Formats: sequence, C-alpha cells, structure tokens
Amino acid sequence: MTIAIVDYGAGNLASVKKALDWLGQDSIVTSDAGQVAQAEKVIVPGVGHFAATKTLDQRGLKDAIETAINRKIPFLGICLGMQWMFASSTEAPDVAGLGVFPGECVHFPASVKSPHVGWNQLHLLGKSRLLGDLPSESFVYFTHSYRVPPVQDTVATCEYGGIFSAVVERDRLFGVQFHPEKSGPIGVKLLQNFCGLKC
Amino acid sequence: MLTKRIIACLDVDGGRVVKGVQFLNLRDAGDPAELAFAHSKAGADEIVLLDISATAEQRKTLLDTVRRTARELFIPFTVGGGVRTLDDASAVFDAGADKVSINSAALSDPGVITCIAERFGSQAVIVAIDAKLTNGGAYEAFARGGRTPTGRDAVDWSREAESRGAGEILLTSMDRDGTGKGFDCELTRAISDVVRIPVIASGGAGVAKHFVEVFQEGHADAALAASILHYGVTELADLKQELAAAGIPVRWPC
Repeated sequence: MTIAIVDYGAGNLASVKKALDWLGQDSIVTSDAGQVAQAEKVIVPGVGHFAATKTLDQRGLKDAIETAINRKIPFLGICLGMQWMFASSTEAPDVAGLGVFPGECVHFPASVKSPHVGWNQLHLLGKSRLLGDLPSESFVYFTHSYRVPPVQDTVATCEYGGIFSAVVERDRLFGVQFHPEKSGPIGVKLLQNFCGLKC
Repeated sequence: MLTKRIIACLDVDGGRVVKGVQFLNLRDAGDPAELAFAHSKAGADEIVLLDISATAEQRKTLLDTVRRTARELFIPFTVGGGVRTLDDASAVFDAGADKVSINSAALSDPGVITCIAERFGSQAVIVAIDAKLTNGGAYEAFARGGRTPTGRDAVDWSREAESRGAGEILLTSMDRDGTGKGFDCELTRAISDVVRIPVIASGGAGVAKHFVEVFQEGHADAALAASILHYGVTELADLKQELAAAGIPVRWPC
C-alpha cells in the first residue's frame, strides 16, 4: 500500500518524496503506468510549463490516473499538477488537462510581477478534508505564473493581482497551487492530512 | 498578501558554516544542517547555502552537506557557489536543493541559464549579480566572487538574465557588502523596477531598519540576511516583528 508520486519529467520531485519519507509514509516516485493505476493514493507534483503535462498522455499515465481515480482513491495535484486537473491552460492551449475541474488556467495580469513567488496567505471558504483544522490566513509558499480563477470546488483562495484558487477539493480529488512540501509545518500538516485519508 | 521574504544565508566551507570575524578570519560557526533547521524554526522564509570554497575536491562534501541539510528542511532551499553546468545543477537538485544560484558561469555563458531553466523550470534558477558602482555612476557586474570586472552594466545584465530564463535575481552590492551600513537601495530599485522577476537584495544589512529601507525604498521582494543572523537565530523573530511594525507584510507568526 503506497503513494505513487508521478514522475513525468516536470521539475524536481525529490522534495515531495522527502516530505513523505519524513512523515514515515511509504511512497514511490514512478513513471510506470501500472504502478500508478494500482496505487493507494496518487500525487501529481510538477513545476514548469503546462505543455510538460503532454508527457502524462504520451506515457499512458493519464489513463492510469483516470483508472486510479475511478477506483475512488485520494488524488492530489500540486502546482502544475493542480493546474492539469482543470480543462485547459492558456499557456499551452492545444494540451488538454485531466478536466476533473471545470475552468481554464490563465496568466497573472500585467499589473503585478510574475511569477508570483513567496509566502502568501490562504483564505478558507469552507470545510476541507485536506486542510483539516489549519487556520484561515495561514502562510504557504507559492511559485507560479499561471493561476486558476475561483470555481465551485475552490475551498481556499489567495490574493495576488486578483483572487485565485489556492485549494480545490471535491470528494477524493484535491489540488493545491502552492507547494506544501516547501511550506513549513503548515504544508507538512496538509500532506499528513492527505496521507491519513481513507480510500 | 504576498509577503517580503527574509532569506537566511549560510556560507559553507569544507562542510561547515563559517563566518568572518571583523571580515578577517573565517571561524567555524556550526553544522549547516543544524543551523538551517534552527533558522527555519526561527522564522526564516528560505535558506541559501553558499559554497565559498567550491573547489573540485570539495564538491562531494558539498553534495553530502546539501543532502543532510535538505533532509529535515521544509522551506525553499537554494544552493550556490561553483554551479557552472547543467550537470552541476542536476547534482545539487538531486541532493535536495530547490533552486541553484549561478553567477560567474552565467556571465561567461548566459546560455547555461536557459539550459537549467528548460530542464528544471525558471523558478529553480537564481542569477546572482555582484554589482559595484563605477566612477561614471553606473553599476558594473563582477565575476569570480567580485574579483573580476566584466565591463557589463548590472542593470542590462539583470534584464538579459531575465529574458534567458532566470526566475529571480540575487543582487549583492559590493560597495555595501560587509559594511553594516545598509543595503544599496538605489541599486536595488534600479534593477527591481526594470525586471518582472523578484529581486533579492544582499549586502550591507546591519540593523533591522535597513531591511525596512530596502523593501520600502529599494522595492526589493526579498532580502538576504547573513552576518546579521550569526549573532543569534532568535533575532530573526525581532527582525520580522520590526518589519511588521513598519507596515511591511511578513510571514509572522509562522
């Protein structure tokens, strides 16, 4: 029983693995579709260009993730991984996302510096299994140039050049725009909450 | 609100943190992993580890240090000093760093910025610029730890670094470094106002007020704290509270 951290060549996945190791949680970094489809939980991390998610399609990982999700296992997308859970992004209009949340990822407006780098606050909108009892206005670490506007499943927002989705959640599907593995004790707690979710 | 970051900087030589006493002798100041953890707990927003020797024979020691430091660190972690190629950067990322800081290598071959950014993302690439005021009133970028003038205008170079894929600029004022007289707000503003990426100010911090100045007048997005923290990590809390009292958004309490 293990958590699959999906490796699709988008950035450095070691830090997510390291955080799970520290929590004593069994996990593997894998690009093997079979392992992903069978996993107890799946995390899609990643930073960089939306086009990098095309690799998920090409390696059969998208199908494997859909298979896993259909088995009702908990799924977490981090940063680019969260953006990929939406239908599309203007960063790579010809690349389709997973589409489990409706909406499109767009660039920050020209009125603010981009990327949005640093510690910003989560504004909680309602109850969240992922956030548990973490207080509203908690600080977490972001680094991204594209963002998703608030949608019906948004449970926490963040403000930078306007309000955007920081955490989305529906049933066993979770997405976070920030990096929990880089967000100190708050982020570690969030990952711990995810690890503790029952299938 | 997006906060201004205080980044704790550790100078490492042969696997140990060193600090200059009155800018002369390098004295052992402790274990990098322990100090990084202590700074993180005290409220540092990020950790930068600078390999000040960066000789070939010490690379292995450095990677081991990075690995040990990264193990229990859950805030952004940057490694700089002697990172010259994509392979160097890959090794540092594999060891657990989130970002690399490159300086001389980027000046002699700016293509290396793009090369690392394409593989690991721009957020993972910090271009460090050591700048010195010239007689003409412009700022010149220096290479090799401030030893070699390049003839390049620091402001132009920051724009080029951005266009080549840098995610942040770590800007050190050579004129102020080690003086404790405060950051060079003019230099910081000159660069921060022309690039769209975050600028980390460095060099000259002596008291908390200097951080207030560089955020308000220098338009810095983050500031590096090195020697100011070596007198005791608890001072990070005082620094952040002073910033908050001055109306600067900071991550506090954290």
